[in-house]
Amino acid sequence: MTTRAIEPRMELEANLHMYRQMAKIRAFDEQVNELYKSAKMPGLAHLYIGEEAVAVGVCEALRRDDLITSTHRGHGHCLAKGAAVNRMFAELLGKEPGYCRGKGGSMHIADPETGNLGANAIVGGSAGIATGAALSAKMRGTDQVAVCFFGDGALGQGLLYEVMNMAALWRLPVIYLCENNLYGEYTPCGETIAGDILARPRALGVHAESVDGQDVQAVHATMRRLVERARRGEGPAFLECKTYRYYGHHVGDVNREYRTREEEREWMSKHDPLETLASRLTTQGLADAGVFERILTDVKAEIDGGVQFALSAPYPEPNEVDQDVYA
Amino acid sequence: MSTPEVAARELTYGEAVREAIAEEMRRDPRVFLIGEDVAEAGHPFKVLTGLVQEFGTKRIIDTPISEPGYAGIGVGAAMTGMRPIVDVMFGDFITLAMDQIVNQAAKVHYMSGGKLKVPIVFRTTLGATRRSAAQHSQSLHAWVSHIPGLKVALPSGPYEAKGLMKTAIRDDSPVVIFEDKMMYRTKGPVPAEDYTIPFGVAEVKRAGTDITIVATSSMVGVALGAAKLLEEIGIGAEVIDPRTTYPLDKQALIDSAKKTSRALVVDEGYERYGVTAEIASAIAEGAFYHLDAPVKRIGAMDVPVPFSPVLEDLTVPSEKMVFEAAKALCGKA
Repeated sequence: MTTRAIEPRMELEANLHMYRQMAKIRAFDEQVNELYKSAKMPGLAHLYIGEEAVAVGVCEALRRDDLITSTHRGHGHCLAKGAAVNRMFAELLGKEPGYCRGKGGSMHIADPETGNLGANAIVGGSAGIATGAALSAKMRGTDQVAVCFFGDGALGQGLLYEVMNMAALWRLPVIYLCENNLYGEYTPCGETIAGDILARPRALGVHAESVDGQDVQAVHATMRRLVERARRGEGPAFLECKTYRYYGHHVGDVNREYRTREEEREWMSKHDPLETLASRLTTQGLADAGVFERILTDVKAEIDGGVQFALSAPYPEPNEVDQDVYA
Repeated sequence: MSTPEVAARELTYGEAVREAIAEEMRRDPRVFLIGEDVAEAGHPFKVLTGLVQEFGTKRIIDTPISEPGYAGIGVGAAMTGMRPIVDVMFGDFITLAMDQIVNQAAKVHYMSGGKLKVPIVFRTTLGATRRSAAQHSQSLHAWVSHIPGLKVALPSGPYEAKGLMKTAIRDDSPVVIFEDKMMYRTKGPVPAEDYTIPFGVAEVKRAGTDITIVATSSMVGVALGAAKLLEEIGIGAEVIDPRTTYPLDKQALIDSAKKTSRALVVDEGYERYGVTAEIASAIAEGAFYHLDAPVKRIGAMDVPVPFSPVLEDLTVPSEKMVFEAAKALCGKA
């Protein structure tokens, strides 16, 4: 009946692929932090480390032609949807071969080839875009689904509720994916969110669920259900993924006075998404430590190659500066 | 071979807008219209009457009163293969949708290195003297003219209303088009056939040799009225309509000012930091050595638009104000 019974081998492959994707995101953002600390990267970046299971669990439930919108903390979303490490690094360094020819940077990576409509540096700013993409999919008669990633901070933005209202009225194939990492920038979400988060979409008639965002298998299984539901024309959904960012709001936020080191240790030691998956597969006797080590070695090579590519890539020509203001 | 003179077909400004939208929707199935009260109600100014009967509610989409929401939905639809017209009922309400217009629509193409396009039209209104007070009367086209990535069109009559709207819908970049709400019932000749008006090309509405009056949108009619009065005292005014504030046909304005040696700029936006300032500066830079007087500008008075008709009428440039200013520039007391 389930794939589990018929194709255990395929399921293991799928799980190891999710592990690899999470490892890639972690290694990517660890390298980003190094680039920042060694002053090789202009500006700042918001690291996704700790939240990898959300992006991977979600994007593995999507087709390549399904659409996502991403956030300022978006490297994980881009990679999980299929972006290449080398062009990602090139964009972060403001180089010509970057995904946006160096004009977007960390907070604006877009890759239409993989269905990524772009990261957005306005908190909640892409809620309209994702909903419009879902309307467009419906008007064009495709069965594409749109996923709008946003953090708990975006729950304070009115736009989100306006578009959820319309998505519910028009039964649009869009999933509002709330990455609740407990802090909106430097403020605990308990100070900014009144009432029950899921009661908000439910009040609009939007199907809403919550899932452990550190468990990639749980995120993936839940998303598969919600995506199929949306594809069948049953309307929008809201999924809260409870997660945690290991680093600060951005690479420069190193002191993190607004939370305790104990809390951080608790999440890292007991709720790490890579550890959780690896130990489960090991306990089930499906994989051993060597498998994961080999994946990490492969990933490291990919990251090293990608960052070398970006460091040696050329900057855009000065005459690029006023290109592409208008289409 | 001459063709017999046929009386030109006349449409109102509102009918011209509707005809442009209907023609483009017939031509291109990707075009749709979204906004408040646009379907059965046909818009409070009745500009859209009949469209929902022809195109149905799937392409003429009524929304809740949620300007940021449906503006954002328009941006997302435009990025994924559709060509939406987003109807913002009053120009004053663009403030609500400003993030979607300025931070999203205007920047997506550039930020994505040219990979994503946002072929979207925001249609909205400008113009005071409808006795609608401070939140339904502003002319805020300077706000969006300021933003790289946006194009801004200001039709000054029925002919322009159809031609500029069709160009806007066919443009691959975001366009904000401001219709003069006081002109919806104004009639003028509008060709029944398909035509467009290119952006960034000013039109000389009336030739003259003594002074250039650059006027936009609602002020074109005011300037033409003033020009008639000026004619009576022997001053030949050239009235020129830029038609779009971005792209701006600076050269045509400069050339006209070089010819007449005097320039007056009239626009219904607030005078402070307004469209008149940008245009006056372009003329001052480009025609400096040909000018016999400083470039003068007249915008709306820098006050929130008042309700009382007695007060409101004082805030909008009038024929008399333009006449007096032009006369003074020409050295006639």
